[in-house]
Amino acid sequence: MLKHLPSSASLILGLGAMFLVPTFVETFTLMEVMVYVIMSILALSLGLVWGYGGILCFGQAAFFGLGSYTYAIAMLNFGESSFALLLAIAVPALFAGALGYFMFFGRISDVYLGVITLTVTLILFNLVNSTSGGRFHIGSAPLGGFNGIPSIPTLHVPGFPERTLDAQALFAVCVAFLTAVYIGLRLVLASHFGRVLVAIRENEKRADLLGYDSRKYKLGAFVLGGGIAGLAGCLFANWGAFTSPTVFSLAQSAQVIIWVIVGGVGTLFGPIVGCFIVQWLTSYLGTLSLINPNLVLGLVLILFVLLLPKGIVPLLQKGALLAVGSLRRTRP
Amino acid sequence: MDYFAVVGIEILNAIATLVLVSIGLAIVFGMMKVINLAHGEFIMIGGYAAITAVKLGVNIWVAMLVVSPLVVGLLGAAIEWLIIRHLYGRMIDTMLATWGLSLLLVGGVTSIYGNTTIGLSSPLGALDIGAYKVSLYTAFIAAVALGVAALMYALLKFSRFGLIARGVMQDPGMAAALGVSPARIYCATFSIGAALAGLAGAVLAPITGVVPTIGVAYVAKSFITVIGGGSSILTGTLTASGLFGSVNQIASFATTPVIGEVALLLVAIVLVRLLPQGITGRFFRGRI
Repeated sequence: MLKHLPSSASLILGLGAMFLVPTFVETFTLMEVMVYVIMSILALSLGLVWGYGGILCFGQAAFFGLGSYTYAIAMLNFGESSFALLLAIAVPALFAGALGYFMFFGRISDVYLGVITLTVTLILFNLVNSTSGGRFHIGSAPLGGFNGIPSIPTLHVPGFPERTLDAQALFAVCVAFLTAVYIGLRLVLASHFGRVLVAIRENEKRADLLGYDSRKYKLGAFVLGGGIAGLAGCLFANWGAFTSPTVFSLAQSAQVIIWVIVGGVGTLFGPIVGCFIVQWLTSYLGTLSLINPNLVLGLVLILFVLLLPKGIVPLLQKGALLAVGSLRRTRP
Repeated sequence: MDYFAVVGIEILNAIATLVLVSIGLAIVFGMMKVINLAHGEFIMIGGYAAITAVKLGVNIWVAMLVVSPLVVGLLGAAIEWLIIRHLYGRMIDTMLATWGLSLLLVGGVTSIYGNTTIGLSSPLGALDIGAYKVSLYTAFIAAVALGVAALMYALLKFSRFGLIARGVMQDPGMAAALGVSPARIYCATFSIGAALAGLAGAVLAPITGVVPTIGVAYVAKSFITVIGGGSSILTGTLTASGLFGSVNQIASFATTPVIGEVALLLVAIVLVRLLPQGITGRFFRGRI
C-alpha cells in the first residue's frame, strides 16, 4: 500500500487541481498557475535525465523549443491539434535520439556533454533567430525569426477543429499531462529499465561489467526526457498561442537547471516543487521591480550549490524521517 | 586580389579574437580543471570597466590595457576565495555555481548600467587596400593577442611562478609536500585567467560595444575553443582558434555571419566527437 502512496496522492492532487482551481481562481491567476504546471513538466524531464540518468544536460531548452515550434508549424499546416501534439513529442524525441547517439556512443564524458548540449542550444537559437522574412517558411507557416510565430491555433477536441479548448479546459489538460508524466516516470523508474539507469548513474563501469550496455540506457533516458520536454514546449505554445526564439535561449536552460537543483536532484517531486517556488519568486520580484530577477536567481543557484546541493525535498524528507524517529523513541 | 587580402585580414582578426577571449579560460581550465561558465561575464565586465574608466577621464590605452585587467583580476581573486575554492574536484558543481555567478553578474550589471549597448569609439583610423578599407584597430587586436600568448608562454616556461604552477597542476599533493601552497597558486591562476578575460573584453569593446548579456556570445565560443584545443594551454588555444576562426570567417563570407557562427559550432562538435581529448591530445603532445 505504501508503495503506491506517492502515485495515488499525486493522482488525487491532480484531479483535485483540475476541477477545483479553475472554479475558485480568476483567469489571471489561472493563466499564471498554468505556466507553473507546464514548466513543471519541463522540470520533470530534466529531473529524469539529470537526477536519474546522471546526464547534466545544459540544453533541455532545445527540446522544449523544438516541441513548441513543431506544434506551431504542424498546427498552421495541418490544423489537427492531436496530430500536432504527437508530432511535438516525436520530433524532439527523435532529435534527442540523434544527438544522444552521437554523444553516448562517442563515449563523451560529463563535462564535454554539457558543452555539446549548450552549443547545440546556441546553434538552434541562432538559426531560428535568423529566419525572419518571407524566405523562411515551412509549408504555410512563416518562421518569423526574432519575432516568433504569433496566433497559433490552440488545442481542440480531437476531430473537431472548431471546438477549441478555453482556458479552464486547457488548464485541466495541462494538469492531466503533468500528473500522467509524474506517474508514468514513477512507473518507468520502478521498472527494470529504471533500476539499471540508476545503477549506471551510481557506477557506470560496474553496470557495464555486469553486462548492461550503459550507452543504450542513457540514450533511452535522454530520448524520453527529450519527448517530455517537447510536450512541455507544445503546451507552452498553447498557453500564449505564441512562440519565439527565447524558448531556445540559454536563460531558459538555466532556469530548468535551477528548478531541479532547488527542488532536489534525484527526486521526481523535487523538480515540481522547485519549479513552483522559483517561478513564483521570479514573478514576485518582477512585480516588485526593486531588484533584477537574474541577480536573485544567480544568487539562489550559487547558494544551493554551496550550501544545499541536494535541494529542498530531500532535506524535508530527512527532517520528516527524523521527526518520526524521535516521536517513536519518546514513546514508552 | 584586394578582396582576398581583405578576407585574409578578416580571418586573422577572427583568429586573434578567439585567442583573446579563450586564453583566460584555457589557463583556468588547463591548470585547475575548473570550467568557469562566468567567463563571458568577466569579459563583459572588462568592457564596462574600460568604458567607465574612459568616461572618468583615463587615457583609453591605459583603461584598456591596465585598468580592465586589474579590476577583473581582483574580482576573479575575490570570486575564487568566495566560491570556487569550496568546490575543487567537483567539476559539475563548479559549472553550476559559476553559471549562477554569470546570472548574478548579468543581473548586477543590468541594475547599474541598464540594458542598453554602450559604445566606445575605435581609437585608430583605417587603412586602404585597393577599393576596400580595413580598420587599423584590427592590427592592434592581433598584436594584443600575439603579445598575450607570448607573455603567457614566457610566464609559464621561464618564470619561477610558471614552474611552480605547472608543478601544482601535475601533482598538487607533491607540490604541497615541497612547501608550496596549492590554494595560493590556484587563487593566483584564477585571478590571471580573469584578468586576461577582462583585457579581452576591454580590447573588443570598441568593436562590439558592451551590453550586460554580451557574455553569452563569448562563453560558448571560448569554451569550445578550449575544449577543442585540449590539454596544452597555449598550443591548444592557438591551433583551435586558427581552425575555428578560419571556418567561421570563410563560411561568413560565403553565406551570412549567422551561418558562419553555426558552421563554427558544428565543426567544434564534430571535432570533439573525433578527438575527445582535443587537438593537442593527438598532435603536438607535451607542449605548453
